[in-house]
Amino acid sequence: MAEAKPSVPLPALPLATLLAACALSVAPHALWLPLWVSFAAGGLLAWRITALLRGAILPPRWLLLLLTLATVVGVFLSYRTIMGRDPGVTLLVMLLFLKLLETRAARDVFVVAFLVYFGALANFFYSQSIPIAGLMLATVVTATTALVGFSAPGRPLADDLRTAGRMLVQAGPVMLLLFFLFPRVQGPLWGLPQDAYTGTAGLSDTMTPGSISDLSLSDAIAFRVKFDGAPPPRGLLYWRGPVLTDFDGRTWRVSLPQLRRGMSVEASGTPVDYEVTLEPHNRNWMFALEMPIRLPANARLTSEYLPIFFTPVRNRIRYEVRSATQFQVRSGAEPADLAAALRLPPAVNPRARARASEWRSSQPDDVAIVRSAIEFFRSSRFEYTLQAPLLGRDSVDEFLFDTKQGFCEHFASSFVFLMRAAGVPARVVTGYQGGDVNPVDGYMVVRQADAHAWAEVWLAGNGWTRVDPTAAAVPVRVEQGITAAAPAGAPLLMRSGLNWLKGLRNEWDALTNQWNQWVLGYNPDRQLEMLARLGMKQPSWETMTLTLFWSVGGVMLVVALWLLRGLRREDAVQRAWLRFCAKLERNGLARTRSEGPLDYSERVSRQLPSREAAVRGIASLYIELRYGRAVDSASLARLKSLVREFAA
Amino acid sequence: MKLDRILQYSQAYNFYQWVFRRHGPEPGVVLLTQRRVYILPTRPGVTFGSALILMLIGSINYNLSLGYVLTFLLAGLGVVSILHTFRNLVHLYVSGGRVSPVFAGDVARFQIVLENRNGFTRHSIELSCKTSKVRCDVQAERHCTVDLDVKTERRGWLPLPRVTVDTRFPLGLTRAWSYVQPDMRALVYPSPDAAPLPTPEADSETGDTVSLGAGADDFSGLRPYQASDSPRHVAWKASARSETLLTKIFSGRASSEMWFDWESLPPTMGVEARLSRLTRWVMLAEERGLHYGLRLPAATVPLGEGFAHRERCLRELALYHG
Repeated sequence: MAEAKPSVPLPALPLATLLAACALSVAPHALWLPLWVSFAAGGLLAWRITALLRGAILPPRWLLLLLTLATVVGVFLSYRTIMGRDPGVTLLVMLLFLKLLETRAARDVFVVAFLVYFGALANFFYSQSIPIAGLMLATVVTATTALVGFSAPGRPLADDLRTAGRMLVQAGPVMLLLFFLFPRVQGPLWGLPQDAYTGTAGLSDTMTPGSISDLSLSDAIAFRVKFDGAPPPRGLLYWRGPVLTDFDGRTWRVSLPQLRRGMSVEASGTPVDYEVTLEPHNRNWMFALEMPIRLPANARLTSEYLPIFFTPVRNRIRYEVRSATQFQVRSGAEPADLAAALRLPPAVNPRARARASEWRSSQPDDVAIVRSAIEFFRSSRFEYTLQAPLLGRDSVDEFLFDTKQGFCEHFASSFVFLMRAAGVPARVVTGYQGGDVNPVDGYMVVRQADAHAWAEVWLAGNGWTRVDPTAAAVPVRVEQGITAAAPAGAPLLMRSGLNWLKGLRNEWDALTNQWNQWVLGYNPDRQLEMLARLGMKQPSWETMTLTLFWSVGGVMLVVALWLLRGLRREDAVQRAWLRFCAKLERNGLARTRSEGPLDYSERVSRQLPSREAAVRGIASLYIELRYGRAVDSASLARLKSLVREFAA
Repeated sequence: MKLDRILQYSQAYNFYQWVFRRHGPEPGVVLLTQRRVYILPTRPGVTFGSALILMLIGSINYNLSLGYVLTFLLAGLGVVSILHTFRNLVHLYVSGGRVSPVFAGDVARFQIVLENRNGFTRHSIELSCKTSKVRCDVQAERHCTVDLDVKTERRGWLPLPRVTVDTRFPLGLTRAWSYVQPDMRALVYPSPDAAPLPTPEADSETGDTVSLGAGADDFSGLRPYQASDSPRHVAWKASARSETLLTKIFSGRASSEMWFDWESLPPTMGVEARLSRLTRWVMLAEERGLHYGLRLPAATVPLGEGFAHRERCLRELALYHG
């Protein structure tokens, strides 16, 4: 940013195009940037546009410096740091617009264009959806059009756009080759800033009344499943998530996960094989149908039968699981485990405790107690609603006997409380229940709205046994899904009755899924998989680089031949003529420098009367091809053959 | 010799020939073949490359699939732009056009003709030669003519120096260039000094007095206008009355004839000073419509007048060899 020389003013049209590119590249950032940044950036852009249209004055250097300093201070005040992803991107955006106000010479133009490219890349930190990708493609086209405009000022915008578009199309094959063949490395290369993975939604490791109903308002996708065969019936689709054992009267929490040897699942019936594509949720756990019997190599089962990875899921990942829907699980039930599953906070919910001890004394065994509890839930006319009333200190009592309005977390929480109060070890299991198969591509889509909570009780004869009190109170929730159970609360797009909207959403989801599978989910594993399909088993780093090199070289050669195709034909005419001259030269009839083809043929004809017709024929054909308007390939071929056959 | 003929196909060899000025002027039309078109990234091009590397590192670090897509798309764009820049210059025909004589110290204007025999427009072709720079677009199957201004310093022939033809189209990230030296030269006349025409003195040969003022007044009659007559001698009033233009003739040949003689100048004057003085006199004499002749040690230009005569005198002066 040296002193700007008073140079020729920048051409207006490309400059306007460049401003448009800036706006496009930064527009999506407005969704998350601090408000003041959006306003400041808009103001700076407006200043630059006014300068372009009305010739208003650009700010002097000292003012720019002051503004830059103010920006840094502002970013620090907003984020309490200037390091990290979000402050970095904020600074980038502000820098881009400050640079715009300093754009006077051709050199600045390049800086701005490159910052626009960076700004486009920064969008992908926040979203890599199809619309954002489309918008960024538009940004790249616009910025490239501006660069073309600057290098050839005075052309109509449409011509610049055509040139830019043509170049980007030609760059397409190179992009594809690099994308699929460039040796992929699993990031990160170094520690990521703390804020790299904020804003991911999903189940958490705690549950309070309202936490799952909040989640149910979102139709964001949690994961997608592709079953090898037909999916199991909806009533069996319990996707197991965090298991909550500790209760303080209001909040359920997970206990510290423990890995133990010998976690066993006794499966019966046909197992189900499926592949899950999990959206990043920044937690260690993965989701599998109850109960998983075969996990991917990098996953383990905790003592609570929760499958976990060793690192948080920060990127969309794929894994294959085998589950049994008919099972018995008896591990993870050591005395300490059972004691934890009986612990209750003292002196809360007296009415619930009373009801539990009544069952304890009247029923013969644990199984009968569980049955009475289910019967209680079935008969008590609970209302399943997303807008449950707020509960006080004795939340279980209030829900069970007063308000009787709640969501699955209320049902699960009170059921487990009742069980523990009655002396039956029990715990809350959260996860997802159900899922919709998209008819377009056959993937089952499980959304945040399908989040659910149920209970697990320890029965001596059967081990840990799933009990879903919600299913008992509101059977339609499990049989038909959340949309049928709580129609008014479900996200708009998930409501039944809007069938055309649903169809549209299915198409879009299928497209997004392909996008996720092939574009966003293209990682080192998938690359190896694809290379193996192409016949390269376990290719080394060198082989991949060589393949990449040669294929890109080949593509470039094709593009080059296509671009330079017009040049070769004209050369061919000249080559044929020179070959003809060389033939005569060998016979001592070299063409002198000053002789044109006509004079030359005249002289040769005089000296070689026997070849006169051939010589004149070649010369006139050459003149026609070389200086005439129409060049057709037939006459070129004739010239070539005449020269080939000519012998002096 | 043999080696030279093989080496001419090497681009690098070709390049060194140009850089070390071993190339002579090229007569006729020069085709910029691919062997003489060189291409390198510009400074923004290098910056662009570094930016791409940063973007790639960012994409790897944050596992941004679309970051890869964007980076690789831009990388492809960079590579494709090399081809486009190359295509924009290669197979262009360059030839020398006209160049008019100038006085030393003035600017010689070399006309260069660029011809595009292909079906696509070549944009922003820049020609530069020393400090002069021009830019033009050559439309498909058209030619365009540009003027390169070269500051002259000394009299005599000024050959066109090496000309760089270059282009940065379409993105400005790469620069393709070629060197040409069309066989052109400008005639540079000596720069005239500020002296007036010589005072009347005895003509060394005839003994007549050169009397400019008086002689010009010595009106002796009228004759029909001829193309070579000075407009100064046209009898405007008489012409208005008659059908044709009339020219005044003056009596006495001595009155309007002058010889500019090298030997008549003071012996203390140097060669270039003498040439400057004689140039000045030729210019003034032509301006006043005199008959004049030039005598140099090695050449004599007989008496005459008119544009062609003046050019001949000036040419002799420009090419004078001590």
